[in-house]
Amino acid sequence: MGTFRDEGVVLRTIKLGEADRIVTFVTPEHGKVRAVAKGIRRPKSKLVGRLEPLTHVTMMCWKGRELDVVTQAEVLDHFRGIRDDLDRMPAAFTMLETVDHLAVERQPMPALFKTLVGALRVLEERASPVLLGAFLLKALTLEGIGPVVASCASCDEDAPLVAFDAHSGGFLCRSCRSGQAVSAETVRLVRQILGGELRAALAAPPSRATAEVERLATSATEYHLDRRLRSAHLSSGFG
Amino acid sequence: MLAGPIQELVDELGRLPGVGPKSAQRIAFHLLEAPKDEALRLAASIAKVKEQIRLCSRCFNVAETEICSICADPRRDPAVICVVEDPRDIVSVEKTREFHGTYHVLGGALNPIDGVGPEQLRVRDLLNRLGNDHDHKIAEIILCTNPNLEGEATAMYLARLLSPLGLRVTRIASGLPVGGDLEYADELTLGRALAGRHEMAG
Repeated sequence: MGTFRDEGVVLRTIKLGEADRIVTFVTPEHGKVRAVAKGIRRPKSKLVGRLEPLTHVTMMCWKGRELDVVTQAEVLDHFRGIRDDLDRMPAAFTMLETVDHLAVERQPMPALFKTLVGALRVLEERASPVLLGAFLLKALTLEGIGPVVASCASCDEDAPLVAFDAHSGGFLCRSCRSGQAVSAETVRLVRQILGGELRAALAAPPSRATAEVERLATSATEYHLDRRLRSAHLSSGFG
Repeated sequence: MLAGPIQELVDELGRLPGVGPKSAQRIAFHLLEAPKDEALRLAASIAKVKEQIRLCSRCFNVAETEICSICADPRRDPAVICVVEDPRDIVSVEKTREFHGTYHVLGGALNPIDGVGPEQLRVRDLLNRLGNDHDHKIAEIILCTNPNLEGEATAMYLARLLSPLGLRVTRIASGLPVGGDLEYADELTLGRALAGRHEMAG
């Protein structure tokens, strides 16, 4: 079977046996990787501190049948700015949870990986109110399940869009409206995010529109994953 | 394959953590061949644990009585509370013999991905302990959760909750293990060890 090298971001870990953990990574070349980190719960393990969730690493693994085994890991980024800030952590957790559900084992996903690392870097630098929403919308679009934003998702009419419904697949015009009502500013922000003007969208100050973007992005993600994002709903009660 | 009762025992043992089907079979046959009183002693101690052990009503440590032996010990300082995730962590801290206060067991750590929020932990009980200090004034809370992402998040959450209450809130230090090697230290731990360095008198 042999070994492989890749970069990865640790999404989650679960305890295994006495001193091991199963670590779930997302990697550009191998998709989602589930690997055993042997002895990592012992303080003197050479892996300890390197495979915590929210760590960007470069690693080497033995390829196994079901689970791989981590043989070496070196940290590229700990994202300390997120880790040490209770207010930024919920967004990071939601991103990790979403990627955990979107990524497929052993299927390369360089774009999703790059988007995740990029979003975490932005999150570490500044707290943009649309960052989480932008990440979710981008991730869904990469998977080919992004919302329709150009015209009404139901009648394709080029009328003003006034609502968002994940079930219909995007924004809706006045005559087709269902789901969550949205302002024109929200539509503009989402178009910026998906239309290559992400930087401008991220600079938007907190407003009703930025809150709406996060809400519609979360509902679209939950609709497509067919499950609730646990971390998105806990975040409000955090601190 | 096996006679009913022994297969049943193998199945039950196989449910224990870390015990696979082969080990379960080995233990089952060991018990079968062992003297009767030895096997029954095991059965009796399992029954005893399930019947007699409960959680201390003050700190939620495992206890035989309403109040655990640590909370009931008059030599322990009730003004200092060490907050841990799990009763097993109390055993680890006790082994150091460095701590003479009392404990509070949270019953886990914040973990949004697994749906564990503050309501799932015994945070309210901790606040209640601070609120009705009928016998003692609490002076210090030591946040002794695991130094991993969930434990750190829990410590930060509690620090934010507790520090406005005007008591001393401390976090256990993080550093290099005794007998360890700088070469293999991860950056985060080594960084914290440097940040938390202390003066040495020569």
